[in-house]
Amino acid sequence: MNQNRFCDHRLETKQLTLAYDGVPVVRNLNLGIPTGKITVLVGANGCGKSTLLRGLARLLKPKGGMVYLDGKAIFQLSGKTVAKKLGMLPQSPIAPEGLTVRDLVAMGRYPYQSWLQQWSSEDEQKVKEALDITTMTELADRPLDNLSGGQRQKAWIAMVLAQDTDILLLDEPTTFLDLAHQVDLLDLLYELHQQQGKTIVMILHDLNLACRYGDYLVAIQQGKVYATGTPERVMTEEMVREVFGLECRIVADPVADTPMCIPMGCKVKSDILRH
Amino acid sequence: MTKQWLIIRPKVLPISFHCDRRVPRVLSILTLITIVAMVISVGYGEYYISPLDVIKTLLGLQTTNTDYYFVINILRLPRTLVAFLVGVGLAIAGTITQGITRNPLAAPDIIGVNAGAALAAVTLIILLPNTPVSLLPFAAFTGALTVALLIYFLAWREGSSPVRLILVGIGFSLIANALTNLMITFGEINTVSQALVWLTGSVYGRSWSQVLALIPWIVIFGAIALILARELNTLNLGDEVARGLGSPVEWQRGLLLLTSVALAGSSVATAGTVGFVSLMAPHLGRQLVGASHEGLLPVAAMMGGMLVVGADLLGRVMFAPLELPCGIITAAIGAPYFVYLLIKNRQP
Repeated sequence: MNQNRFCDHRLETKQLTLAYDGVPVVRNLNLGIPTGKITVLVGANGCGKSTLLRGLARLLKPKGGMVYLDGKAIFQLSGKTVAKKLGMLPQSPIAPEGLTVRDLVAMGRYPYQSWLQQWSSEDEQKVKEALDITTMTELADRPLDNLSGGQRQKAWIAMVLAQDTDILLLDEPTTFLDLAHQVDLLDLLYELHQQQGKTIVMILHDLNLACRYGDYLVAIQQGKVYATGTPERVMTEEMVREVFGLECRIVADPVADTPMCIPMGCKVKSDILRH
Repeated sequence: MTKQWLIIRPKVLPISFHCDRRVPRVLSILTLITIVAMVISVGYGEYYISPLDVIKTLLGLQTTNTDYYFVINILRLPRTLVAFLVGVGLAIAGTITQGITRNPLAAPDIIGVNAGAALAAVTLIILLPNTPVSLLPFAAFTGALTVALLIYFLAWREGSSPVRLILVGIGFSLIANALTNLMITFGEINTVSQALVWLTGSVYGRSWSQVLALIPWIVIFGAIALILARELNTLNLGDEVARGLGSPVEWQRGLLLLTSVALAGSSVATAGTVGFVSLMAPHLGRQLVGASHEGLLPVAAMMGGMLVVGADLLGRVMFAPLELPCGIITAAIGAPYFVYLLIKNRQP
């Protein structure tokens, strides 16, 4: 077991059960999110990854068990208290028409503001930093609807960064982006993790990128944790078969040496038979 | 950073604020146009009074003619003030509805909130003809709230599509209008004629009692709207993001909905259904100062005031001596605008 590398958990779940309309999606789940690492949740469509992420972000009330943030039950903390420690970006959020990047990023400061203090020097500084690190400063006065998908996603990331939290929860931050922009965005997240020691939890569908960028992988199967650990430990042919129902080969990524999943599929099988 | 935003952050006080740099200029221009329109409006009529004399009289200075005081302060000023206040109320109500539903087409007049207010007010006028005008806003508020809640539970939760919300709203609007017509058909003739003048959306013959009944609603709920501008910003990003930022979404939305309904209801109670103002004003405001509500709310409010004052003046000038109710003018401008927005927001 390599568990002691990941012993520090600021965010964890105990016997967590989450349900939609009475139907449990996540069942009795125990999971610790390693602090200061990049954790990637992987699993088939509808396995409960997004639900789990929403539960971790205090967006969904548990049916049973609890999520703990710094040892406290997350639902006993106020919304703003949680929002200063943990930032959450849902899957493909939509900004209102005409909203500029700067307007959006400024809203990340909401948990720090009050009616009298709507725009402190600190707010201004944090927004500037968030725009700089995401290289969005030059586009700051453009409306979001005029930006490309990759730029728009960076603007949203900048908003969560302005929130100035140690923990970031991101639901498929790379959806709808082409491969180049996916890598670009993940590089940005990696940089944040390296420079600021942020804890990042994200859902990714691309298993190879998950292995490349994740320190820690959580494979989820029907609302339960199937396996956790380093990509080398989790990404096995057996896991992909059990969790995704897909036959594959795992080889070493020729660039990064992390595990790489090569799917089999029917086409290859029939080609093999023919030769 | 300081280029696009106006930042107020005095060193001595623990307060800070920011809004779009264009806000002060746009707001002053709109205010100026509104004041000019009001002065012309007050002077215009069968008994013409020059703008200079209007200003003198309003400021309490001596004028050549002693009739001016009576004509201006008693007869004409309340009408124009009502037009302004109603415009402000409707515009803020529309800005809030569009913000919390994240639907550019949602305005209290489109989704039937105003029709509900009108139904309740007409019912009160016809069943209890001797009710004081100050009670009308309360009745309208109840009617508006009923429709708003029905829409909320039938078409809004679970993230229904923007067009569905509009369709259900138009349905409610039609039902409420049908019931209003029913009340009018069976009502007693004198009270019905009173209700009819009012229903077309008109500020004709409004007196100080109406101004005084409306002012507290607009001032109190307008102030609440401004206080909640930041909450409106976060809600406008969607529930998930707003919650992620730590906003108590249900509370804020409920409070904003109530504010919007109160503004729309009290406005309708005073001037009937002056259509499309709550739809247009926020859109025009957004074009001028962007989508952040700290600046948008006051700009949209002034825009609404200007629209209704302007529509009232136009309605009197166009076919003089005939008078068109301002509700017809706003509808003539607003309906094509609504169709334009509908096409622009069409979803596959």
